[in-house]
Amino acid sequence: MNGSAPGTVSTTPADVIDAATAHTGSDRTTVEDLKALNRRRPFGVWFKDKGWRHLVGIAVTIFAIFPLLYVLSAAFNSTGTLVGSNALFSRIDFGNFVELFNNPSRPYARWFMNTMVVGVVTSAATVFLGAMAAYAFSRMRFKGRRIGLLSLLLLQMFPQLLAVVAIFLLLSGISEVIPALGLGSQLGLIMVYLGGALGVNTYLMYGFFNTVPQSLDEAAKIDGASHTQIFFGIIMRLVTPILAVVGLLSFISISGEFVIASVVLTDPDSQTLAVGLYSFVAQQRSENWGVFAAGAVLAAVPVMALFLFLQRYIVSGLTQGSVKG
Amino acid sequence: MTDTELRQAGTPAAANGAATAPDGAAGRPGRPGKRRRRFGPDTTKGTVAKIVLLGLVDALAVYVLMMLFLSESWGALAVSSAVVLVINWIYLRTGGLPAKYLAPGVLFLLVFQVFVVMFSGYIAFTNYGDGHNSTKDDAIAAIQLTAQKRVPDSPAYKAAVLAKDNSFYLLFTDPEGKVSLGNTETPLEEVSDAGTDSTGKANAVDGYRTLNFQEIVANQQSILGITVPVSDDPADGTLRTADGSNAYQFKPALTYDAAADTFTDTESGTVYRDNGKGAFADGNGETLTTGWKIDVGMENFARAFTDPSLRGPLLGVILWTFTFAVASVALTFAMGLFLAITFNREDLRGKKIYRILMILPYAFPAFLSGLVWSGILNPQFGWLNQTLLGGATIGWLTDPFLAKISVLVVNLWLGFPYMFLVCTGALQSLPTELDEAARMDGAGPWRVFRSIKLPLLLVSIAPLLISSFAFNFNNFNVIFMLTGGGPRFADTDRDIGATDILITLVYKVAFGQGTGRDYGLASALAIIIFIIVATVSAISFKQTKALEDVNS
Repeated sequence: MNGSAPGTVSTTPADVIDAATAHTGSDRTTVEDLKALNRRRPFGVWFKDKGWRHLVGIAVTIFAIFPLLYVLSAAFNSTGTLVGSNALFSRIDFGNFVELFNNPSRPYARWFMNTMVVGVVTSAATVFLGAMAAYAFSRMRFKGRRIGLLSLLLLQMFPQLLAVVAIFLLLSGISEVIPALGLGSQLGLIMVYLGGALGVNTYLMYGFFNTVPQSLDEAAKIDGASHTQIFFGIIMRLVTPILAVVGLLSFISISGEFVIASVVLTDPDSQTLAVGLYSFVAQQRSENWGVFAAGAVLAAVPVMALFLFLQRYIVSGLTQGSVKG
Repeated sequence: MTDTELRQAGTPAAANGAATAPDGAAGRPGRPGKRRRRFGPDTTKGTVAKIVLLGLVDALAVYVLMMLFLSESWGALAVSSAVVLVINWIYLRTGGLPAKYLAPGVLFLLVFQVFVVMFSGYIAFTNYGDGHNSTKDDAIAAIQLTAQKRVPDSPAYKAAVLAKDNSFYLLFTDPEGKVSLGNTETPLEEVSDAGTDSTGKANAVDGYRTLNFQEIVANQQSILGITVPVSDDPADGTLRTADGSNAYQFKPALTYDAAADTFTDTESGTVYRDNGKGAFADGNGETLTTGWKIDVGMENFARAFTDPSLRGPLLGVILWTFTFAVASVALTFAMGLFLAITFNREDLRGKKIYRILMILPYAFPAFLSGLVWSGILNPQFGWLNQTLLGGATIGWLTDPFLAKISVLVVNLWLGFPYMFLVCTGALQSLPTELDEAARMDGAGPWRVFRSIKLPLLLVSIAPLLISSFAFNFNNFNVIFMLTGGGPRFADTDRDIGATDILITLVYKVAFGQGTGRDYGLASALAIIIFIIVATVSAISFKQTKALEDVNS
């Protein structure tokens, strides 16, 4: 659909106004625009209406994807140093990837697995805990419900990393009693992350749960369904988009979490990608650049693939869950 | 357009909010606030699942309680037992359905979010940190153990190295031929049935394996580290070996006088007293390195704003934290809104491709973004200086001002896709009748945008802007990965720099390399962040309430 198919252009007034808001100088564009649509339009009019949007689009796209192309090029350039990576796509080979997996003091494969395990377990548990809480808040009326919702809203403002010192000391206390849950253990780290499960996500889910009509529950209740049957059989199936969004968002944030992970996981074998890759370039940024870039590309691929795959859900989740409620 | 029209039209966008939804649900006709229809009975499958899960939780709980009992942590034991009882009560009673759904999440929330914040509050009032991380008794024992000197003219013991269960023991033969055994954890104990070699040196004990010379060399580090206490009293000193075959007696260079609560240097005679600040100090204020944890009241807060090496930089950091957070929100929102308006056209060719490409930065892991950009912007070798600017040496990350700009640009790169998505959603949810009505009344497009769309948009987006502010206020990853907080301030010896925000400062003070860890000060800074964020959120949420009232 372009300028030569005028019938489909600007069917809603909102679009006309949007178009017009951008070139603010011409107040009377709407009428002229509509007239213009009825004949083949000269370039100037097309540009005023749409062409500039493409210019903006191209400029922003370059800004958005250049760093990604840069790191991709560096990953496939086995020169390895920062300077050597400057000529984009001057050579393409897999030297960096080979080196990445052959350094026992920096076990990249282990980091990758650790990140996946911690990320998947945490986000699955987060979704489940959040959904249970959202179900209670959305479908039941009880004392302290308003206060509970309000406190969750407030807790969102205070991320866990503020208390990183206390978390470190608490876990070091726990490791004296039960080493498997204390410092250096991924299980301990997962537990810490789950502390943030309700605060961040319940409100988002709650808004979405409210959009599922209550008459569905009522009907099921009349049929004698128990609360678990309603929860797992009806609600959970109808709110899949928000579950996907919350799961994905928490996976993204957990897999990129650095502060707490760097404090809790001290042994290189148990570290996550965020901690490990940072240590890769923390000391000598320019020497390890190529290998780091290779690691970065591999680390980013699953997250980005998941993101693009679920993009539709995310966009609808963000706009419905958070904007509207 | 009249006020009424505006109000009615504005309601759907504004009042879709969560706060009004439950009231709507409670007020629906079928539920006049009396008895609600009850849920059906639990299925057998459900009951079995519940019993199995609760059983597993209880099994774990019993294990934890036992470990707590064995480690004699009575406080933790009492709290944990209470928690276990409450959990069982919640799930075994018939009523109280909401609690059954809320309990697991709330438990984690209470321990790892609420408790740790209160714990931070407590640490902020102590001197917890390197050299001050245990009780006074531990500190006294540690001082006696670390400050050891060889007892002059003490006899040489013959020593052999034994191993049992992966730990090493030293076997001593004293000049009179008495044989004894021990290691760092187990004080010296006499052994009667040791095997001896031709020189009369004991070298074997039943149940232990004797190490040969190669093994001793291979494990040199851990063997030299063994200090065998002569008795349970640390003041009696220890035995150590320097070569695996001879050992000497060491005694504390500082002797502790329990009655006077002082340490005395055995050589110089200097007396160290408890200085009331968690350490032993001599008359000149020289302290022993190992101290203990005490409550210091407001000292950490006072230090933050009076210590000359901290005050100036800290004020700079606070100012920059605000600038960074506000500028980040403003820039990302402006760009996101502009893009949303630009691409809010059904008929724009390639709109989908633009959108996918433009949200890629949002999908890219944030910690990697900082590191990747740090390569691009690297003043010496980076792409920007070397390739785009043909070998320039502009200090994108090393000049204080440019580093701040760089941080903002990178954060714009990270944040605009989110704002773009959110603004697009909000724009599309605005009712179209509004535009029509406004245009009928003769409003121009700019006026429609400024007076109608933007205010309505702000009602639904303002809470997100506040969250975004709170997020950026603590946006650790961008700063730490891109500049590490640098370039460092010149007027302090601490590791504080021009792009440091409060949270990176907290991290560096608590876990940074170089200067010792200072958990007390770090927690005090965290509490300051906490108060700032709470105040700002409270004020701004009030403001958005006002905004909502105005518009609806």
